[in-house]
Amino acid sequence: MRFGVIVFPGSNCDQDCFYAIKDVLNQPVKYIWHKEMRLGNFDCLILPGGFSYGDYLRTGAIARFSPVMKRVVDFAKRGGLVIGICNGFQILLEAGLLPGAMLRNRSLHFICRYVFVKVENNQTPFTNLYRKNQVLKIPIAHNEGNYYIDENGSSELKRNNQIVLKYCSQAGESEDRFNPNGAKDNVAGIINKEGNVLGMMPHPERSAETALGSRDGFFIFKSIVKWLKDK
Amino acid sequence: MLKAEICITLKKTVVDPQGKTVKHALESIGYRNLEEVRMGKLAVVKLNYQDKKRAAEEIEGMCKKLLANPIIEDYSYKIKGI
Repeated sequence: MRFGVIVFPGSNCDQDCFYAIKDVLNQPVKYIWHKEMRLGNFDCLILPGGFSYGDYLRTGAIARFSPVMKRVVDFAKRGGLVIGICNGFQILLEAGLLPGAMLRNRSLHFICRYVFVKVENNQTPFTNLYRKNQVLKIPIAHNEGNYYIDENGSSELKRNNQIVLKYCSQAGESEDRFNPNGAKDNVAGIINKEGNVLGMMPHPERSAETALGSRDGFFIFKSIVKWLKDK
Repeated sequence: MLKAEICITLKKTVVDPQGKTVKHALESIGYRNLEEVRMGKLAVVKLNYQDKKRAAEEIEGMCKKLLANPIIEDYSYKIKGI
């Protein structure tokens, strides 16, 4: 399985993702510089976290016009697997590959800590190794994770089962008091209607092995491999 | 030359936590009759031509494509000769 990690100016989780794929998942992986006009042969593209273009204007707003993003959009339209983590998620929203937008956290604080998220949909290429409603311990680290979508969009997400991860308590209750940033309906991760593009605010690459404090994120990557093998 | 001042704000229907915090701060220093505070961004774009109609079209395009996110933001602008 060939993974590609896109590197934007200001990405800072690219090496963590690269390491998680190469050394923890044991799969081939390459960096892809954001100026690339052509993609090689990949099975899955990862848009990592960070502060692309210094988060100027809006998070992800400038990165979405990087030359490589045209190729990412083509790849996604052909059914290729794309996962955006944190800033990568914000870029996918700005690029229109996922619906909605990110606002500043309601507390106005940058939040960097472990949270619990619940697997709402395990019938995806990215979550098939989890049980439905399984609670994962994964860290978040962001200032703009307050997911916003209007009422029509929100109904559509629910109707199509596009909400993949929700913030919750350790016991799996997804109430507002377990919502770290104010995200609509506790949304921590969503998938596109076609089911091949995932955006998530929590960092699976930072919870990919026990030494990091949690291994719960590893199965995001492992699910991708399983899905590609079974395809 | 022309100068465009573009004001980008969160839509009325979108919560503005920054505006709320600034309102609290203003109240704490004695401004007690505030109905609401909303924060936004100002972009000043200078154009090296004189055609205001063309400027309006270009500024409109810039707002739609990059400067504002129509899902959460509104924009308005003024174009002046300088």
